[in-house]
Amino acid sequence: MGIDQSILPATKDEAGIVTTRLDEIVRWGRKNSLWPLPFGTACCAIEFMGVVSSKFDISRFGAELVRFSPRQSDLILVAGTINYKLAPVLKRIYDQVAEPKYVISMGACACSGGFYDNYATVQGIEQIIPVDVFIPGCPPRPEAILDAVMKLQERIAIEPVTTRGRPRRHEVTEKMKDPR
Amino acid sequence: MNQNDTARHDALVLKVRERFGNAVLDVDRSFDDCALIVDRTALRDVLLYLKNEHRFNLLMDIAGVDCMNLPKYRERFELIYMLYSVPDDLRVRVEIAVPELEMDVPTVSDLWKSANWAEREAFEMFGFNFVGHPCQKRLLTHHEFVGFPLRKDYPIMGGQWCTSTSDMTEELNEPR
Repeated sequence: MGIDQSILPATKDEAGIVTTRLDEIVRWGRKNSLWPLPFGTACCAIEFMGVVSSKFDISRFGAELVRFSPRQSDLILVAGTINYKLAPVLKRIYDQVAEPKYVISMGACACSGGFYDNYATVQGIEQIIPVDVFIPGCPPRPEAILDAVMKLQERIAIEPVTTRGRPRRHEVTEKMKDPR
Repeated sequence: MNQNDTARHDALVLKVRERFGNAVLDVDRSFDDCALIVDRTALRDVLLYLKNEHRFNLLMDIAGVDCMNLPKYRERFELIYMLYSVPDDLRVRVEIAVPELEMDVPTVSDLWKSANWAEREAFEMFGFNFVGHPCQKRLLTHHEFVGFPLRKDYPIMGGQWCTSTSDMTEELNEPR
């Protein structure tokens, strides 16, 4: 964002005009108003309650408005074990989330099946839906979840505004190293 | 654990032996517990007797066991019924051996309502066929699952993808 010096108000009381690029302002709005949908199936969801509450306070990052309908949210926080019976449910909920949508995979179970190396548990939710940020830990510390939100914000800040043709993950990761 | 459980178990075993004779194959009394190993043809009669005459009004669980590659056991599968008497504070187990090629077992879901889900779980995990069960469908695994995952010859990582959610109207319409 930049301010065009030639159109600055003459006095303090006059209304000013701030110019910017549309992409920039949309990204800025998106990254600071994530609406999370907690897909909590296990103890990680309890940890997420701590993140939302006053001590860690995810609203400092603009992501405090927890919604329990996928149509009102744009960030799914998959917190807990996903088994094969639940897989079609998670897929359908992901499909219903409003675009542009983001996914955080929270904890060992969601990321890789955790210690459930068995016939019942999906070995990582990325086999079902695309994931933007993985958080390791069993369960992760609240700080780790805040870190994931910040990582996601960094990503949103540089990615194209149009939802069609979103870059694949490795392209974004390359760009995150050097945003310019 | 009640102090006089051992004496009460002794009395119970005596009565069951008296009533069913040779159908009681063995009695296991390890760890202050009492397990009656009975012939599978007499299973329903024994359970009915324990429920009606000895006030075992709670069926806590039904457990299946796959005894594959254990030479000690005569048949491949075992089925264990765990009973508890709320008025008498007494526990007893009833065990039967089930051969792999003949897995029909009479249902007890009409005696204890808790047997309904317990039998469904034993069915999906081991493949027991509970004759007379009102709705013998898979309970914990999904409806597209093929095979019996707690059998020893099922691969432990043999996950199977599920493409749709299951229809539960049959359960909802069950008489209760």
